[in-house]
Amino acid sequence: MITLDALTKSYGPATVVDAVSLEIADAGVTSIIGPNGAGKSTLLSLASRILGADAGGVTADGVDVLNAPSRAVATILSILRQEHHTTARITVRELVEFGRFPHSHGRLTPECRAAVAEALAYCDLTDLAERPIHQLSGGQRQRAYVAMVLAQDTHYVLLDEPLNNLDMVHATALMRLLRRLADERGKSIVLVLHDVNYASAYSDRIIAMRDGAVIQDGPPSLVIAEDALEAVYGMRFRVHELDGDRVAAYYR
Amino acid sequence: MPPPDVSVDPVTQATGASRAAPAHRRLSRVTIVLTALSLVLAASVTLFLTWDVGGHWDFALPRRLEQVAALAVVGIAVAVSTVVFQTLTQNRILTPSIMGFDALYVLLATTLVFVLGSRGVAQIPDLAMFGLSTGLLVVGATLLYRWVLSDQSRGLYTLVLVGVIAGTLFSSFASFMFRVMNPNEFAVLMDELLASFNRLDTTVLGIAAVVLLAGSFAAFRMRHTLDVLSLGREKAIALGIDHRRTATRLLVIIALLVAVSTALVGPIVFLGLLVANLAYQLTRTHRHAVNLVAASLIAVAALTLGQALLEHVLDFNGTLGSIINLVGGVYFIALLVKEARS
Amino acid sequence: MRRPTPDTVAAVAPWAAVALVVVLGAVSMAIGVIDLGALDGPEARELILTSRLPRTAALILAGASMAVAGLIMQHLAQNRFVAPTTAGTVDAAAVGLLVATLLFTGAAVITKVAIALVFALAGTALFVLLTQRIQFKDMILVPLLGLVLAGVYRAGAEFFAFRAGLTQALDTWFNADFSGIIEGRYETLWLAGLAAAGAYLFANRFTAAGMGEAFATNIGVNYRLVMSGGLGIAALATAVVVVTVGAIPFLGLIVPNIVTLVLGDNLRRVLPVTALVGASLVLVCDIVGRVLIFPYEISMGLIVGVVGSAVFLAMVMRKGNRYATT
Repeated sequence: MITLDALTKSYGPATVVDAVSLEIADAGVTSIIGPNGAGKSTLLSLASRILGADAGGVTADGVDVLNAPSRAVATILSILRQEHHTTARITVRELVEFGRFPHSHGRLTPECRAAVAEALAYCDLTDLAERPIHQLSGGQRQRAYVAMVLAQDTHYVLLDEPLNNLDMVHATALMRLLRRLADERGKSIVLVLHDVNYASAYSDRIIAMRDGAVIQDGPPSLVIAEDALEAVYGMRFRVHELDGDRVAAYYR
Repeated sequence: MPPPDVSVDPVTQATGASRAAPAHRRLSRVTIVLTALSLVLAASVTLFLTWDVGGHWDFALPRRLEQVAALAVVGIAVAVSTVVFQTLTQNRILTPSIMGFDALYVLLATTLVFVLGSRGVAQIPDLAMFGLSTGLLVVGATLLYRWVLSDQSRGLYTLVLVGVIAGTLFSSFASFMFRVMNPNEFAVLMDELLASFNRLDTTVLGIAAVVLLAGSFAAFRMRHTLDVLSLGREKAIALGIDHRRTATRLLVIIALLVAVSTALVGPIVFLGLLVANLAYQLTRTHRHAVNLVAASLIAVAALTLGQALLEHVLDFNGTLGSIINLVGGVYFIALLVKEARS
Repeated sequence: MRRPTPDTVAAVAPWAAVALVVVLGAVSMAIGVIDLGALDGPEARELILTSRLPRTAALILAGASMAVAGLIMQHLAQNRFVAPTTAGTVDAAAVGLLVATLLFTGAAVITKVAIALVFALAGTALFVLLTQRIQFKDMILVPLLGLVLAGVYRAGAEFFAFRAGLTQALDTWFNADFSGIIEGRYETLWLAGLAAAGAYLFANRFTAAGMGEAFATNIGVNYRLVMSGGLGIAALATAVVVVTVGAIPFLGLIVPNIVTLVLGDNLRRVLPVTALVGASLVLVCDIVGRVLIFPYEISMGLIVGVVGSAVFLAMVMRKGNRYATT
């Protein structure tokens, strides 16, 4: 279980994340939604120690995430942020091998190689394994980074807007992959999403933020509701039941 | 532009060519490059030592051996510090010299003379002076550049420009202090204190070699961490690297190595840029175990070969620095223009 | 007390600048190894006419024309960080002077100026061509390219200067030194002053060209002609100053920036004040250089180099911050 305890972050007078406390379950898909500037990505960065918090604490399976040795944390919890700019000219396989760094410290063991091969296969990247990542399309590159996180083999996987810049073919493929990870491997996946309908279709739980605070929290059946969404985004939605999913319409 | 081919499944969109690139072929490329570079280095050093000795072996050889040792120390120091700095700052344009590290060393060394007075300096052994300046640089550079690099809102070009101007500021302030200290023998003093290829300062060669070995050994031991760092700060943290502490440790190593090379030959702005980028292009790998070695081999070979050619073919010495700046400057402009157009 | 309106500032600024130059000029004339008060009338007049007055005049002319050269260049490049120092103009002029010294030993000063001018023009043209190859006119990248290009010119100059034993001379060309100025040694500087005065006549056209090619063409200004004319004026001022007293680093960069920060970008209004402030800054630095280790001197160029690079650094750091917040 991940526990966030009153996490707070301010920039000057603006409080971006305001004393947020949460518990994330051991398994399943948790989506964080909310308008721009709600503090979603900041919360994820704080929870994964990438950004220093002003106050509050985080524990994952009892480990103090903010103060424990970074390497120990990296075997429990992984974080994937949206921008994948790197100057390193590396192949997909080499990238995925980096996922084993917390375990092997740079010297790959046979188990590492097996884990890498498996992660590549799981993301359908085996054929692209020797390609340099800068030659990949956006969707392929995104998948390569997900494969790296897979190879890292942490129980908790945090993803910040993983669907950014993906068309719906790639977006759906990635969401299916994440869902499978939760169902087949029993991992706990937390992701920031902009598209409420992806959140609705794939999540066990949806957390909605606004102005640095959590204002809705529950299963899609509760959060993907007309009044609840209006409270989050400040505009009217129409919510329909479609093939067992709750779908929000907001185009008009 | 043709529309994207939707009939191809994006998940298995691989060509036959990319499938056939097994790991051992990459490995052999690295082996070939490193072997070739070692041979080139051996040839350059042999050439430098034996060219035109004219039978005066007992006179020429010890002197030349000392020169080669100095050039080797400088070359390795510049190569390792540049590769590490570029990984830390995530680009191939910044180098410690371009960011003004060696100008800062000159400034600190000058300040020491200024504060202690030239009589005071005369009483302090060279080794102690080197140690003091190096210590100051490690503290100063680490603090200063931690601060400059920590503000990520600044773009790359701003950083480079800040570095270039800071370098100018440091060196003009150093000249200014020279003037104030000794208006009469300004030029003489400056020449005595500042090393150049023309005036290799070999008095501190021994201690410089020790510092170099310690620094590059430390860098090489961190090669796997450096590999991870090349993915960027956030991914490095996600993979379990304590970025703050690692960055500080690397900046200390860089400062030590810069002190070594600057103490021996003075500032050489573009050498690091040239050798590091050449190494990346030849090895085509991100692995620091390879690139640190390749860049060092290239640097030492280039320095010995360049100095040998200058002394024997063109019949003058002391201008290796300006040749490096000339070639390196043109290359740097090409890099900038290329970067800006992509 | 009421706060002064911008109009009042604009109205007062030129007169304040004139007063500043007059006061500093008087101080500059009074300083020297020989105490003027100890001399009798004719001797004192002789000293003033042959040494003190030429030096002060040279300082004013060099400072004013370099500041104006910088102002024109940043306007035409539409980039506040472009100036003779950051566009390779100074270093190219020095290469020209080196060529003149090597090939035409004992040439007249005016010949050297002409050769330095050709090189300064060519060097600046190369910089302009280079920046045109970049689609993104990055505010910071442009001066960065210029500074590196200047470094390349200088490295080339150093290479040949070393062979010819002119390394020491090269150093003085990059650091203006007025200690050797006496009657008969500075008069070429009037050419630079003339160029700066000429710039004032075309000030409105430079303002128009500074708004961009489309804007200038639209209101009937021949953009290319104005560009060439402006760069020609800047190159001439630079070449004359480098040949006669040596470069004044960063002066053309920082003075126009400080003045336009207060007075805005209308060239006709800003140009005279820029010239006067440039002259004042040079006078101050020269006075400091003469007083600091009296009776020795620190070259004025060295002091401007320290002050100028520090101010430039602050400007870039501040600019970077402003970028980040928008």
